[in-house]
Amino acid sequence: MQIEDLNAIAEKHIASRKKIIVRTCMSAGCMSSRADAIKANLEKAVIEQQLDADVEVRRVGCMGFCGQGPLVGIDGVKEKEILFEHIKPEDAEAIIASLKGMQTNLEIGDPDHPFFAKQTKIVRANGGIIDPEKIEDYIAVGGYEALHNALTEMQPAQVVDEVTKSGLRGRGGAGFPTGLKWGTVAKSPGAKKYIICNGDEGDPGAFMDRSVLESDPHLVLEGMAIAAYAVGSDQGFLYVRAEYPLAISRLQIAIKQAKALGLLGSGIFETPFNFNVDIRIGAGAFVCGEETALMMSVEGKRGTPRPRPPFPAESGLFGCPTLINNVESFANITAIIKKGGDWYAGIGTEKSKGTKVFALTGKIKNTGLIEVPMGIPLRQIVMEMGGGAPDGRQVKSVQTGGPSGGCIPAEFLDTPVDYESLMKLGSIMGSGGMVVMDDTTNMVEIAKFYMEFCKDESCGKCIPCRAGTTQMENLLNKIIARQATRRDLAKLEELCDMVKNTSLCGLGQTAPNPVLSTLKYFRNEYEELLQPDTFGPGVTAMK
Amino acid sequence: MSLANTSLLQLLTSYMSAILNTAEKPPVTPKPAVGIKHPSGDKRFKILEVHMKKLQFKQDALIEVLHKAQELFGYLEDDVLLFVSHHLKLPPSRVYGVATFYHFFTLKPQGEHTCVVCMGTACYVKGADKVVAALEKFAKIKPGETTADNKLSLLTARCIGACGIAPAVTYDGQVAAKQSPDDAIAKVKSWM
Repeated sequence: MQIEDLNAIAEKHIASRKKIIVRTCMSAGCMSSRADAIKANLEKAVIEQQLDADVEVRRVGCMGFCGQGPLVGIDGVKEKEILFEHIKPEDAEAIIASLKGMQTNLEIGDPDHPFFAKQTKIVRANGGIIDPEKIEDYIAVGGYEALHNALTEMQPAQVVDEVTKSGLRGRGGAGFPTGLKWGTVAKSPGAKKYIICNGDEGDPGAFMDRSVLESDPHLVLEGMAIAAYAVGSDQGFLYVRAEYPLAISRLQIAIKQAKALGLLGSGIFETPFNFNVDIRIGAGAFVCGEETALMMSVEGKRGTPRPRPPFPAESGLFGCPTLINNVESFANITAIIKKGGDWYAGIGTEKSKGTKVFALTGKIKNTGLIEVPMGIPLRQIVMEMGGGAPDGRQVKSVQTGGPSGGCIPAEFLDTPVDYESLMKLGSIMGSGGMVVMDDTTNMVEIAKFYMEFCKDESCGKCIPCRAGTTQMENLLNKIIARQATRRDLAKLEELCDMVKNTSLCGLGQTAPNPVLSTLKYFRNEYEELLQPDTFGPGVTAMK
Repeated sequence: MSLANTSLLQLLTSYMSAILNTAEKPPVTPKPAVGIKHPSGDKRFKILEVHMKKLQFKQDALIEVLHKAQELFGYLEDDVLLFVSHHLKLPPSRVYGVATFYHFFTLKPQGEHTCVVCMGTACYVKGADKVVAALEKFAKIKPGETTADNKLSLLTARCIGACGIAPAVTYDGQVAAKQSPDDAIAKVKSWM
């Protein structure tokens, strides 16, 4: 495979395209509403209405507007795409008939809706456009060019420099500078190095990585291959949750296709660079999103974390230097190599560069996936793109960062969304889950919900987390049952502090965050549930 | 002299055959070796063995193997765990430890149908807890349990990543969108 072959594949594929393209969203959300039947019916209708010379029905990944799904988009009829929403399999005939100018009563979306208009797409640029199960579709939009450029025109150190210049920070939540991580792994001595892509998207309420893997699997593979070249690795692992069977099957297809074309394997683009990727399927443990726990799981062991240092960059998988990045981090790489680190650094704020994909869910009108530049005010996301709370309710708070994050109350909606600003409010950027809550939501119940989650997911290795989360949940239950006193609340705060400061890994260290942030902003909701202190004989009140 | 020699030879032969005989007998503790057939003659063990062979009996493939085993048997009984342990040359404690650590693996048999209610945050704020409560009341079982007639297993999931269509419920592996307690009960009723 050389660049000429790649271009030939792209040209041939573009030439074979038909005039009108009917795109059917076939990611997990729409699939649950029978998107496969919709696609089959659309194909049948095209043949029945004798339009098969001009019209092709294409399977695409997530279009983003999941709450309005299943979605069908049409290109090539009008200047802008036509977007049909809430489609049922029996609507297929009417959609195809509309291509001939027939009127339909179907719901048509507005492509200029703020939900779409305010987005800047880098990671999700191909999502909802290309067929995730066809490598030719990816090559036709310039896929694998960045890998070719990196391999033939750049030294590994130059690749690392470009990523450093871009200012990209880890999209898994902690926000560690990606370039610095790559540089450390590249400098670590060792004949064998590993690349791991962390697709263990465990935060409840987040599905960005699932959508990227389902809609554009080659983008992630290409990003991993470039990373491997930069740090000197020849073996990658893609760790995906077992809860995402569609993502796993599309990745398997993608790896097979890339291998067949020589874009993975040995001597890629006729250079001495070799790279293979294996999929590792998770088995349902939230703690495996933590990097040291994830490596244990890749090694086929119980996913328990270990203290750092040594950091994975020095001693990781099987004791070798290992580069671990999140799916979204890898998905940014091709754009950075193609357009340059300076271009990427031009998007976003001073300390948080580029874009971030968020999963906008909960009590909000428009649910779905959005990709926005860093620094956008939270209000624009929630009120304009999301349309605010449904049924005339008020937005009460926005939860970011899942069980490790916190609840941001509505009065702080003007905060810009970047790593530092969210941290200042007692929440975190996290992997990108954004759950909106309206004024009917009970914040103490939410705190209990997250604590129960952390208790279930605690791996049990260190005592503060194992015993602390259980005790905190008991205290929260006591408060909800209106049996707790002020002393119980004090004990809860004390425990939060202890668990936060003494746990081994991120899970325990951040487990108290939902309690702390709700206590900070919604303390009255806790206090309303408290009972007056009662003291036994011989005990005096605390002052 | 020759007599003495013969008796020595006989003695040696009998010793040898005794040793050989014991070697032919199935060992008391199963030897971690390739090709041990499962005494039940269940073909699924053979399929599992082929799968392990494909993964070159690598010890770090334990989780993949357990996934396959659960797919074949529906759950991981002790027998299956021991079989895996022998073939991957791993101590049973390690196999059992991994099988019990991850939520995805179940050591109890499941009912004929499974109903998994997603309890991720997005589903929770949209009323997944009410769906679970309604199903609990209807089937008279708690999440993680199976009805007495073995028809239905009720489970909860951490987050299936279908937050855009919350609350989501997975019926026998098929995800259904925006489920109300009544929807869930109607679906489950059709199985009973």
